[in-house]
Amino acid sequence: MPVRIQQNDFDLSTEIAALRASNSAVGAVASFVGIARDVNVGDVIQTLTLEHYPGMTEKVLQELIEQAKQRWKIFDALIVHRVGTLKPQDQIVLVAVTGVHRDDALSACQFIMDFLKTDAPFWKKEMTAQGERWVAARRSDTEAAARWSRPIKCTKNTL
Amino acid sequence: MKIRVCFFAGIREAVGVEEECFELPSNIKNLEQLRDWYVTRGEPWSSALSPTRAVRAALNHQMCDWDVLIMANSEIAFFPPVTGG
Repeated sequence: MPVRIQQNDFDLSTEIAALRASNSAVGAVASFVGIARDVNVGDVIQTLTLEHYPGMTEKVLQELIEQAKQRWKIFDALIVHRVGTLKPQDQIVLVAVTGVHRDDALSACQFIMDFLKTDAPFWKKEMTAQGERWVAARRSDTEAAARWSRPIKCTKNTL
Repeated sequence: MKIRVCFFAGIREAVGVEEECFELPSNIKNLEQLRDWYVTRGEPWSSALSPTRAVRAALNHQMCDWDVLIMANSEIAFFPPVTGG
């Protein structure tokens, strides 16, 4: 399954081994793991609770993988995103991409992660000593995704 | 025509409703008009979906612009800007 939404934790090595197991042409694996931080906007975070829109989430993430496959020479991609209540230092998200060479794998991984941030229907709620609050969307995430609509030549120069 | 409307995250909490199905008033054609109609319900709807708040909409699991037309049996969702990853 290239897209999984789950409460359970994941193991990077196990996921990558499975992703490239049946393909001896893979020469590069790029991966990104997002981690829950202990401080946000100056406040200590006790827990982080993630909610999503079942059905739409899987569809959006699958489409991102398809777009990455059309744009770069990659074999496959995996997205694992956790939901439910997490603690600081817990893993939140994994994106892994297999390809022949590193350039395409790295770019595709970053592309998927950038658009996951702006397009995939997940929401985070933080518990702090002052109570709970929904995390606000960041302008820098929108800007990160926007660069990919530039011509590919320019995009690559910015990496 | 019948539609289903879902709410997520802070908007769901504010309105106290996860989803509802109803017959769409015939004068509502697009997502913006549906949002405006909710605002006329009064509180907590008018604050949660106020034009001054950042609200996103999806039609049948696809994020959409506000002028997109609503079709019969559509599933519409209103939610805040997403914050995953």
